[in-house]
Amino acid sequence: MENGLVIETKKLVKKFPVGKGEFIALNGIDLKIGKGEFAGLIGPSGSGKTTLLNIIGSLDMPSSGEAVVLDRPVSTLSSREAASLRKESIGFIFQSYNLLAVHTVFENVEFPLLLLNYNSADRRKMVNDALSWVGLSDKTRSKPPQLSGGECQRVAIARAMVKKPSLVLADEPTANLDAANSHNILTTMETLNRELGTTFLFATHDEKVISYLKRKIFLVDGRIDRDEVKQNQNGEK
Amino acid sequence: MRLAIKLAIRNLIGAGLRTWLNVIVLSFSFVVIIWIKGVMAGWDHQAKKDMSDFEIGSGQYWHSGYDPYDPFSLLDNHAPVPEGFRAGVAEGSIEPELIVQGTLYPGGRLQSVIIRGIDPDQKILKIPTGKLDAATDAIPAVIGSIMAKNLKASAGDRIMLRWRDAHGTFDATDIVIEGIFSSNVPSAEAGQIYIPLERLRKMMSMPGEATLFTFSSSFSPETAPEGWVLRTRKELTSSIDEMIKMKSTGQSILYGVLLLLAMLAIFDTQVLSIFRRQKEIGTYIALGYTRHQVVGLFTVEGTMYAVLAAILSAAYGLPFLTWQARAGWSIPIDTSEFGIAMAKTLYPVYSAGLVVTTVLAVMIVTAVVSYWPSRRIAKMSPTDALRGKLQ
Ligand SMILES: Nc1ncnc2c1ncn2[C@@H]1O[C@H](COP(=O)(O)OP(=O)(O)OP(=O)(O)O)[C@@H](O)[C@H]1O
Ligand SMILES: [Mg+2]
Repeated sequence: MENGLVIETKKLVKKFPVGKGEFIALNGIDLKIGKGEFAGLIGPSGSGKTTLLNIIGSLDMPSSGEAVVLDRPVSTLSSREAASLRKESIGFIFQSYNLLAVHTVFENVEFPLLLLNYNSADRRKMVNDALSWVGLSDKTRSKPPQLSGGECQRVAIARAMVKKPSLVLADEPTANLDAANSHNILTTMETLNRELGTTFLFATHDEKVISYLKRKIFLVDGRIDRDEVKQNQNGEK
Repeated sequence: MRLAIKLAIRNLIGAGLRTWLNVIVLSFSFVVIIWIKGVMAGWDHQAKKDMSDFEIGSGQYWHSGYDPYDPFSLLDNHAPVPEGFRAGVAEGSIEPELIVQGTLYPGGRLQSVIIRGIDPDQKILKIPTGKLDAATDAIPAVIGSIMAKNLKASAGDRIMLRWRDAHGTFDATDIVIEGIFSSNVPSAEAGQIYIPLERLRKMMSMPGEATLFTFSSSFSPETAPEGWVLRTRKELTSSIDEMIKMKSTGQSILYGVLLLLAMLAIFDTQVLSIFRRQKEIGTYIALGYTRHQVVGLFTVEGTMYAVLAAILSAAYGLPFLTWQARAGWSIPIDTSEFGIAMAKTLYPVYSAGLVVTTVLAVMIVTAVVSYWPSRRIAKMSPTDALRGKLQ
């Protein structure tokens, strides 16, 4: 990253066709997120959080402007290049976990490593590490339907983290969890952020999540309304 | 590809009952197709063997004017045994037959027949010609079971035979049925009577003459002598191939329908699965697959039905098919009325080629049927798939 930025958006606009007209979901987003940040997009429902996260995750294309993710301008990527950006550098965490139901916990977490062609010894070690980060070492053989919501989300975090990506995008990761589980998961992610230096970008309107964020980016109607950085004891960002 | 196969197997096993229903239907078509084709191949093989045994040996030489479909020409198309065949005839590796036309009068009716003069000592055909060696004032004859049924004759019966000799003079005498044989070869039975060769030559005033020669496998056929034509076994049995081909068309419809059912089941499963698993598709894409790779994943998954079906078929089909090959399949109806060469019990013959082409063909069809609905994935928007909101 030339300028230490993981994400940089420039005049990012996203329009969706609605009926005969169009709906502007993102309206000129200028945003810079540096390496190791623990930031969140905060805003009411419909403010464009998921839309922005999807474009940053190269799952969607901007209508105009640009999103540069890890030095790659998303709008110029072929679908193959976008896939390899996600495969190598981005971990996704979804509100509804999106685990593969017929696979065990171990296999779910192993999946990104299979795509990256790690050998089986490396895979086993990395999966076990990731499961120990989230405290699920004893559930490797369970399948998602047998797990609680909190456990499922922890598996999803392990899956997102196992390849040690540069960037993790988490869309409402606590929406289906109770307070205790939410705190548990957020602590886990905070630790990973601190220890591995992984950049986290959340989309949320959950107060519990917001209290953990070191940077809060408020979205209203597809625009950045406020951008607050929490000052900690060291005075750094 | 290995990852795709691994994923496909996990997904299929995870899908449970639906997978097994598809696999069972498909494996059923596998076994039925191979069985029917095996029965047809066995029939072909059997019919040719019967024809060799009872009619044509390992091949024949015909008098150049001989036409089995024109009985009126028989009187003109015969010739003395050619020099080149004498040694073979003496050792029994090639047997002369004199063929003429005649009329039988069973119970006051009239039936025209082909009279075949054959050496009672011949060993090439399985016709019981040994019975022609009987001492009787009448002419000893053996006939096939189809002929016996038509004549309502049984062994020991006497029937008047009338014929016209080489000089055009009519003559008549009794034949006595010395033996009745069953051959599954209609052309060797219907309208044919077999009598001793020397007797016929005398009756016809055609000493030392023959219409055709049938040779055994120990005879090495050479270029035909002047006035004779070599008819190989392949040529003479080609009518059987044609008949089997004709019968096979009907069977193809049966297994076409079976296969269609199996394919509909798989197609339906694929369509449903792509609809129900949108979130999973979106997840694959988020994890780093391209949409085309996901199409490939679903195609492999669908094709795996054929692989699993082949394995299942081997499990129960192999014992069934081998048992069939050994015990044979008894046709539940009387086939002698068909006028076609068909044994009561057919022994299916399965060649490696038959099994391989069937499995391969079904696999390719399954792959296409799996790919077809999966193409939709390539047009999905990953974000819509993740939300699971596509129609
Ligand atoms: N594919 C689409 N077609 C049309 N409109 C869309 C589409 N996707 C999103 N939108 C619209 O864009 C706006 C922003 O949607 P987005 O999902 O980004 O909101 P959000 O901030 O994530 O909301 P929530 O908190 O409810 O998840 C919404 O008004 C939504 O209706
Ligand atoms: Mg959202």
